[in-house]
This record gives sequence, structure tokens and C-alpha cells, in this order.
Amino acid sequence: MSLSKEDFIRLHQKGKDLRKLIVDTTFWAGSAHIGGAMSMLDMMVMLYHKYLNIDPADPEKTDRDRFVLSKGHAGVGHAAVLADLGFFDREWLKEFNLTGSNLGIHLDRNKVPGVDISTGSLGHGLSISLGLALGARRQEAGWKTWCILGDGEMNEGSVWEAAMAINHYRATNLITIVDRNRCMIDGETESIMGLDPLEDKLAAFGFDVLSIDGHDLNAIDAAFTHAVHAKERPVCIVANTVKGKSIDFMEDDYTWHYGGIDSDKVELCKSSIENYYRNILN
Amino acid sequence: MSSPAKGLTFTAIDSTKLNSSEIYGNTLVELGEADPRVVALTADLAKSTKIGIFQERFPERFYNMGIAEQNLFGTAAGMAESGLIPFVSTFAIFTSMRAAEQVHTDICYPRSNVKIIATHAGTSFGQAGTTHHATEDLAVMRSIAGLTVISPADGIETGKAVRAAYQIEGPVYIRINRGFDMQLYADDDYDFEIGRSIQIRDGSDLTIIATGATVYQANEAAKILEKTDGLSVRVINMHSIKPLDNDAVLKALFDTRRIITVEDHNVVGGLGSAVAEVIAESRKSCSFRRLGIQDEFSIIGLHEDLMAHHGIDTNGILEAVRETMGMEFEEDDNWEDDF
Repeated sequence: MSLSKEDFIRLHQKGKDLRKLIVDTTFWAGSAHIGGAMSMLDMMVMLYHKYLNIDPADPEKTDRDRFVLSKGHAGVGHAAVLADLGFFDREWLKEFNLTGSNLGIHLDRNKVPGVDISTGSLGHGLSISLGLALGARRQEAGWKTWCILGDGEMNEGSVWEAAMAINHYRATNLITIVDRNRCMIDGETESIMGLDPLEDKLAAFGFDVLSIDGHDLNAIDAAFTHAVHAKERPVCIVANTVKGKSIDFMEDDYTWHYGGIDSDKVELCKSSIENYYRNILN
Repeated sequence: MSSPAKGLTFTAIDSTKLNSSEIYGNTLVELGEADPRVVALTADLAKSTKIGIFQERFPERFYNMGIAEQNLFGTAAGMAESGLIPFVSTFAIFTSMRAAEQVHTDICYPRSNVKIIATHAGTSFGQAGTTHHATEDLAVMRSIAGLTVISPADGIETGKAVRAAYQIEGPVYIRINRGFDMQLYADDDYDFEIGRSIQIRDGSDLTIIATGATVYQANEAAKILEKTDGLSVRVINMHSIKPLDNDAVLKALFDTRRIITVEDHNVVGGLGSAVAEVIAESRKSCSFRRLGIQDEFSIIGLHEDLMAHHGIDTNGILEAVRETMGMEFEEDDNWEDDF
């Protein structure tokens, strides 16, 4: 089943606005992990604007769904989403990375409303997500935990410890998403430390694996709907994405894992984003 | 001490028959009975750490995470964020080394309400050797911001420490030994407060500040020194490594001017270092010595033999006290100023 036309337009419009906000924040911050923020953004839009039960006016409400950004370096993308929703003042984004700011590269849950878990060191988020999921089950709470991992971080052994345990405990109230942009700091994932066949490995651990185009909102929506209804096996969505998506000169270029943009580049980024969405929405 | 321990906490726990880990397990069951938020986790060491006593009583609240310590502590962090109170137990070496980053980043950085009860601390897993000894855990743990670090003297005190850990909000690390420790306390009829040391005996010639199983050894040494050498030796049970009882250290410094620390741990970074920091910042001189593992890897053997080898048993402490009493130290004309 596809998204309604209204949702399709609404979510893409939101994606366009957020991508521009990430560009602005990267400019204000001087530099940021813009590539990985752009690759995961369509999942973030779908989560925060269709799936998550959250309330910006009550960020700690007990029955909220939990979200764990295990690839914590993409905090610039998460911060833009939260600011846009009103979890905190958008002006904070202008102080991203500045000394004494509430917002740094890796978001701190004690400083940033809407952030459930402080992340940054790779390979930690999935274990914490499992703890949240088991905690919800123990307390007979209906909320779900969503976790986005980077594909590079799948090199960490602790991710596979967590994968083993998620399936041992059949934590179907935890939904795992891998942002498979195939890039890491030093190069392409398959050249630095090969992960393929990633889907087969995850399936061997017991996951119900869905491999999707991570920029196709209909595919994301279908996968998320499947995941929230999982009863037997925990779902892992491998979202095949493009690093730097929507910004033509960054796309699929691993060197844009982290970078700075000047005011000229800001305009180039925004016009590329405009073009990208014009093609989708027309 | 042959009679069963009596007291408010341990009416049901015979400390002459149970080791520190078993008392921990029983105490955890009591906490679990009273609070459904209490859950327990381990990494294939339910039997060894005695957290399995909780498992028998509350199987649905017990989580064995397999031999995967990083995931163990990360999962506990997530559980705490969901509103549970996780008690996590594995060996101290794996807690402080294998999973140190999870303890630091997942548990302490967000100030999660996770209680870590690490067993087989120091050289107490004697014959298993250095791979299973934890002689750096105090150094690692006390340098993590916001983490309370406790090293109980015996089984009775372990029970008290576990209850105290439950009662405060935030992360706590408790290190206990593998097997039977010599029983320091006859019963639990004494006040245990995190951050406040306990003076086991008073003295004016020298102070021994000890922690864990070495408190008993220090007390035995002090008794002998009084009889045979006529020395008046104060013994302090420094069960809280962090927060440290700075006042007790300063009082010992002022009253006795000779301090010896004793720990089943490397002398680098543990109790001795913590006490040295207080002394150094006091602007007062002191004859000072740290007993413990002298910055080397431990050897294989029975725990009591290893304590003797490293000079942290009664005989080793006796010898160190006599040596220290024989040392001269520079007099300070203004000694009593600023106290």
C-alpha cells in the first residue's frame, strides 16, 4: 500500500525543509556530519512525522516511543528534526558546536529535549535499545523502540552481541534500521571492512530482514508498517541509501562524512535540494 | 566468630555460612520482593556471582545476556532508561576492562540508575591468575564522573552496601571478592553511610586506612602491634572509595602523622592514590606508604597466599607499620595551623 498523495507531498515537503535546515546548521556550526545526516533523513522524516508517538510539549512522557540514534555523529540531522518540531528553540541550531552550547556533534540527552539516549561511540545504541525494549516488555508498556545504526558501525562486535540477544529475547518491540550508505570515514564500506552479504548475516542472526530503498517514502512506510506489527521475529530494515543524498556534489562521496560549507556552498546545496524535490514532486 | 549474624538486615542471613556474593544474592532477593522495578542481569556468571539466587526467585526478572559484557552493560543502561533498576553482575575485570566504555558512556554519562555488583575483585580469584584478577578496577571506576565506588569489608557490609546503592539514585559500582572473606563485623548493628568511613579502632601513633578484605587484616595487625610493640594504631575501614571520606584522612593526618593504606589492588590509582591526593592537597607533611599490588601483574595461587605475597595480609601490614614507625620525617613548626 502506498502513502496517500497528501502524505507523500507533506512528508517530502518536510524533508525538503529539513534538508535545508541541516545545511544551514552545518554552515552555522562551521562543519558537521552532513553526509550521514542526509542519508538517513527520509527515515527520520517518516519516524518523526508519521510513526513515533511523541509530544514536543512533553518530551519525557512515559508512554512515548523511544528513538536511539546509534550513529550518533549524525546528530546534526536529529537536532534539525527536533528543533523543527519544537522540542527546543530553533535558535539553538545557530549555536551548534559552539563552546558552551547545548548542541554538539553527538547529542546529549541531559541537554537536548527529545533525545532519549546520549550516543556517539559507535556500537552502543543497539544494546541500549534492547534494554529499552526489554524494559517496556517487563513493565507491560506498549511503546516501541526504534534504532538507526550506521552501516560502518556494524564493524563493531558489540552490534552483533546485541543482534544475538535481540533475537534470543525475540524483542519484536524493537525496530532496527541500518542506514546502508556504504560509506565510512576512510572509504567505501566494502573496501575498508566488508559487510556484504549484510542482509544474509542479519537474517542468520534471526532477524526478519527487509531490504529497501531508503529514500523511497512508500517503501519506508511499508517497511515501518510491517515492522510495527511484527509478532514472531524482530525486524531489521536495511535501508539502502546515498550519503549526502539530495546534494549533487556530495552524493555517494565518502569524503563528505564530515565537512564544512561556506556561504557559496550553502546556496549550491539549497539549489540542489530544490532540484531534487522538484523532480520528485512534479 | 561462630554465631549467626543478627541485625535488622540480616535476620535471615547467616554470615558465618555465606560468602559476600551469597549475601549479595540474598539481599537482592529482598530488594526484589519489595520493588518490582528491580531486575538482574549477568553474562553467563549467574552461579559464580550468586546473582542466580535472584534468578531462582524471580526468573521473569532475570536476564542472562550470554558471554557478551559490552551488550550486558548497554542493555542494563537501556533498562534503567525505561524505568527499571537493573543490578548487573559479572567479574570485576570484565566490568572495568571489557565493558569500561559501556559503563562510562552508556551508564555514567547519562547518570543512569544502574547498580553494578562486580565480583572476584582484586586477586580473590587466586588460581585463575591475572586474566581473572581485577587490580585496576578502582582506578578505572573512580575516575568516571558521577560513579559511586564502594569496596565492602566483608559479607555483612556487602549487604549494607547493596541496600545503600539501591537507596540512592544513579550509578554505583560495588566490588566484592570471590569466596569467603574473614568476617570483620559480628553483626550489622552499625551505621553504614556512603562516603563516611568507619573507624574500627582508635590509635595515636599511626593510621591504617584499608578497604575490602584488607580491613580485617589491618585490624588483626593493629591488635598484635598493641600487644607486642605497645603501638597505638588506628584502623579505618574506607568502604567508599568515591566519594572518599576526606575528613577521616585529614583527621588521621593531624592525629597520627603516619598513614598506611592497604588494598587488594594496584597501588596506582586505587585507595592509596585517593588518600595520597587528599594528603598532598592538605599542605601538610606526613609519613605515608601504600600497600597493595606494586604496579605489577599478579601471580597464581590461593587468595590468602597472594595477599601474603603482595604484603597485604596481617604479617605484611605488621612489617610495614614497624618500618614506618622507624622512619623519621621532617618536622613542621606550624603543624597545627589550618586544621
